[in-house]
Amino acid sequence: MAVHIDTRRRVLINKLVMGVSTGAALAGLTMLVWILGDVALKGLSAINWDFFTKLPAPPGEEGGGLANAIVGTLILTVAAALIAVPFGVLAGTYLAEFGKTEKLGAAVRYVSDILVSAPSIVIGVFAYLVIVIPMGNFSGWAGAVALAIIMIPVVTRTTEEMLRLVPIEMREATLALGAPYWKMMLGVIYRAAATGMTTGILLAVARVSGETAPLLFTSLNSPYWLESLNEPIANLTVTLFNYAMSPYEDWQTMAWGAAFLITSSVLALTVFSRIILMKRMR
Amino acid sequence: MTSNLVTKPKHTDPTPPEADAVSETPPRDAVRPPRKPHLEASRRGGRKVEKAKVSVRGLNFFYGEKQALMDNTLDIAEGKVTAFIGPSGCGKSTHIRTYNRMYDLYKGQRAEGEILMDGVNILSPEISSLELRHRIGMIFQKPTPFPMSVFDNVAYGLRLRGNMPKSELEGRVEQALKDAALWDQVQDDLHKPGTDLSGGQQQRLCIARAIAVEPEVILMDEPCSALDPIATGKIEELIEEFRGRYTVVIVTHNMQQAARVSDYTAFFYIGKLVEFGDTDTIFTNPRKQQTEDYITGRFG
Repeated sequence: MAVHIDTRRRVLINKLVMGVSTGAALAGLTMLVWILGDVALKGLSAINWDFFTKLPAPPGEEGGGLANAIVGTLILTVAAALIAVPFGVLAGTYLAEFGKTEKLGAAVRYVSDILVSAPSIVIGVFAYLVIVIPMGNFSGWAGAVALAIIMIPVVTRTTEEMLRLVPIEMREATLALGAPYWKMMLGVIYRAAATGMTTGILLAVARVSGETAPLLFTSLNSPYWLESLNEPIANLTVTLFNYAMSPYEDWQTMAWGAAFLITSSVLALTVFSRIILMKRMR
Repeated sequence: MTSNLVTKPKHTDPTPPEADAVSETPPRDAVRPPRKPHLEASRRGGRKVEKAKVSVRGLNFFYGEKQALMDNTLDIAEGKVTAFIGPSGCGKSTHIRTYNRMYDLYKGQRAEGEILMDGVNILSPEISSLELRHRIGMIFQKPTPFPMSVFDNVAYGLRLRGNMPKSELEGRVEQALKDAALWDQVQDDLHKPGTDLSGGQQQRLCIARAIAVEPEVILMDEPCSALDPIATGKIEELIEEFRGRYTVVIVTHNMQQAARVSDYTAFFYIGKLVEFGDTDTIFTNPRKQQTEDYITGRFG
């Protein structure tokens, strides 16, 4: 009494589902290639030596560049990372090493997860309320803090996950040699988790370097060179936003250039972090 | 036939076991004699500690509420190899992990009773577990090379113990690698990552790392279970070499291994030390039916 199996029907359904899945994947990929291609096509024409070295020109005037915005974005991102990495790494260490069973650990983990998915504009408004208003003006610091708040939960959770990947035997083997816990963490465990943690930090940097909304409320923008982090600071994303909205054609071209620069930097960062992660998994 | 639970291995002590350690229970019965206060056991052990490096007296161990070791009492002979055998979950690993207080790492785990090392109770809170671990090395089931070079792996424990001249450090690393039979294979690659070595070499690297600091006792928790037979053979040769120089305690699932490498064997079952004695006797003429059943493969 053999069970009747309709093989043809199964094969057909299999082919159908495979076809739809492949189609969906291709559609997603097409969008990505389209965006990248479009940005490259229109952005590359704006990229030249002046773009990297000169201040923005007033509308209607020929030439000019976005040097101040490029420097501003770099400084904002580095400042944000300097704030976020120590916080994130320490919080992740707490979660992985001490907060596994604690209520506080569960709370921190939960809040981090909420913060990861919080809209960045909300974080911008938050930084506006707690820093910009008390200080009385828009500033680089406010922007850096807003970006750091976005980075912290990402760094926290990747640090936690990477530390957890280090087998318990490694910890026991280190402690069995008579190492105190802190020496174990610094000398062995962080080292074992280093590539993964670096990847997490780079991905967090990539994520914030493309953020616009938090900076609109905090760092704003500036047509000048940066003098201090206590005043508004030029940056690529807000410049892109302003220039793209402007009626001037040369500004719009500049905006495409900025778009290209941001996109390719984020892409490069992401690819780079994937490569070091793959090297580790070899 | 007597059932003596704390007997000193026969060939090191010609005098018969004390009468109070003799159980009236017939050998086929698995029930242990009534518990004795561990002080008494200690006194009894005291008369024959001449060569005992570690004396365990009335050791109980708890994972939270769950008791995992019940009243373990035995002596680990100095300079000898003692094997712990028994089915999975019987408490062998739990038992040796009390010797270096590895359980300190985990909440809710605690040990009761006494573990006297050279007469000092190492379970006492006054004893620093860090210093204790300087004297007791441990090898784990899975090789655990640290994410650093071969040299730095072996030097890790030495560096923990303070600064020493570079030449001395290099000399001791070399000696440890030689003692672990690894020097010939790694002497040209000392700067390469320890993780690049094969599984068996990694385990010997861990052994080199442990012996570099010249511990008094070496605990081995199933050191060969992740290794192939050739690598296992090399580790067993090392254990042979260590005899007389270090006090070795090895937990193993491999009964042939226990028979090959050890001088004394302890058989554990569900947290209890069922039988302890010299390896030849345990394997050829066990007193307890349970021991016999286990070593002949009838259970476990």
